[in-house]
Amino acid sequence: MYIKRAQGIGVAEMAVQSDVIDDAGPYDRAKALSAFKLGDITFYWITRLSAISVLLILGGIIISLIVGAFPAMKEYGLSFLWTQRWAPSADPPVLGALGPMYGTLVTSFIAMLIAIPVGLGIAIFLTELCPQWLRRPIGMAIELLAGIPSIIYGMWGFFVLGPFLANTFQPFMIRIFDGVPVLGAIFAGPPSYLSLFNAALILAIMVLPFITSISVDVFKTVPPVLKEAAYGVGCTTWEVVRSVVIPYTRVGVIGGVMLALGRALGETMAVTFIIGNSFRISSSIFAPGTTISAAIASEFAESDGLHQSGLILLGLLLFVLTFFVLAAARLMLMRLEKKAGN
Amino acid sequence: MSELSVSMSAAGGLPQAPMLPEAPAKVTVRNLNFYYGEHHALKNINLALGTNRVTAFIGPSGCGKSTLLRIFNRMYDLYPGQRVTGQLMLDQTNILDPKLDLNLLRARVGMVFQKPTPFPMTIYENIAFGIRLYEKISKSEMDDRVEKALRGGALWNEVKDKLNASGLSLSGGQQQRLCIARTVAVRPEVILFDEPCSALDPISTAKVEELIQELSENYTIAIVTHNMQQAARVSDKTAFMYLGELIEFDDTSKIFTSPTDRRTQDYITGRFG
Repeated sequence: MYIKRAQGIGVAEMAVQSDVIDDAGPYDRAKALSAFKLGDITFYWITRLSAISVLLILGGIIISLIVGAFPAMKEYGLSFLWTQRWAPSADPPVLGALGPMYGTLVTSFIAMLIAIPVGLGIAIFLTELCPQWLRRPIGMAIELLAGIPSIIYGMWGFFVLGPFLANTFQPFMIRIFDGVPVLGAIFAGPPSYLSLFNAALILAIMVLPFITSISVDVFKTVPPVLKEAAYGVGCTTWEVVRSVVIPYTRVGVIGGVMLALGRALGETMAVTFIIGNSFRISSSIFAPGTTISAAIASEFAESDGLHQSGLILLGLLLFVLTFFVLAAARLMLMRLEKKAGN
Repeated sequence: MSELSVSMSAAGGLPQAPMLPEAPAKVTVRNLNFYYGEHHALKNINLALGTNRVTAFIGPSGCGKSTLLRIFNRMYDLYPGQRVTGQLMLDQTNILDPKLDLNLLRARVGMVFQKPTPFPMTIYENIAFGIRLYEKISKSEMDDRVEKALRGGALWNEVKDKLNASGLSLSGGQQQRLCIARTVAVRPEVILFDEPCSALDPISTAKVEELIQELSENYTIAIVTHNMQQAARVSDKTAFMYLGELIEFDDTSKIFTSPTDRRTQDYITGRFG
């Protein structure tokens, strides 16, 4: 519109217009700026305080955890980490974190083992192979999966998945690996409704949407022309995905995996329902176990004194564990970047 | 540099390439029509790319030049709703045969894109990657092939000391030559250039143009360009396209000095487009 008008006006008229602007007197830029300045300062402090509040909240949580955990730390010291026995009602109470730590790591590990390939597979299918009409239904199902509250996963795992696995998959695996060294011990009987494996499977289903939806998002950022170039030298779809799409999006994909791992490590409700809450460590993944968050959730309400302090110490451990996992992931990413030559 | 200045002097629109004898057809296009869904994008195209000749495609944006190029290696196959009718032969192979092995076709018909598209890997791997898709060769043979390809892409002297650096660390012009080297490494028969210099500075453009002329000794080349001087400098034959139709197809010297069609003349003299 503006251009048309400008073309319509003759040069003389434009000159007249610019005179009009000059006649209005010098525009007081300095005054206008000083009004803005106050707004700028306010804006700066609001954003700055928001950012600082994160540090304050984080610091507050850490300090209150340490204070709460201090009696237990003083009582058990480092042996808390490698004591398996958990007997809060003994006199004096004996508390050890080995069982919950083992359970947390093992369930998260198995969950990621299942969820990463399946999640990436879904993402690759959705972005590279899926016919257009199927894209929306699958994409929506994934998002709905992420929206299911964890208590529902817990109930479903307790009433449906647990019995199903105990009657079918578990006996099958136990029979197959019976007598095989190592594997025989991992898949040892008897089948159980409540087990580490069941919890891990539920966790895998719960974190699947994270891995898939983040991967889909980052896969979509690959420039079409880059994919075309790869197809152009004669790659198959699999080769394009493996050599171009995944390397190009590596950082984003690992970010998604880490987010999922963070969720798996801390997930409480569903796991508390189906893991069996046993502090004993068994080599079999079909045996009941517990995780740090499940242990806290199931015992915190009835705890006091040293027992409660021990549970808070468990919480602190989970905090540290998650921190180290994320730090390790960062380190791994940096190594990858270096290797890629950036 | 002397070659460069000669080709630069052709920028005035007078091509100086010597007249070459008619070459046997490498790619033959007969009655080709192309549709994006309902949109009829190419109408009844007939032409032939001469063996070891450079054919330039010029015309205003949206006239179907790039579309035509993307049919030559079936790139349009990646997208649903695009279809083609007519006949398209690469020697005796029917390119449009639905049963054709697309990976093998694309090994025979390489493509260089408008923007440089190095893969997210090292310079060495960018070249070796394509070769490995088709051949199993030893490390030392691979080293030779990579060097040869990079020399073919006129890039070797600039990158020989940093083969393990990321392909993305190169400048735009170098990246484009890396892409050309990568295409050459697979030993195709035809190379398609889709506006290969539109993202490059003049010096890189001159290098790529020089390279295209060298490559035409061994490869059949099709190049889409918006730069008419470039078409005049590098090509033996020029096709002028307009609104999905092939308006005129003739020797480059003839197109740029005495075109038969009025629309061609208007376009090359800058009256529209």
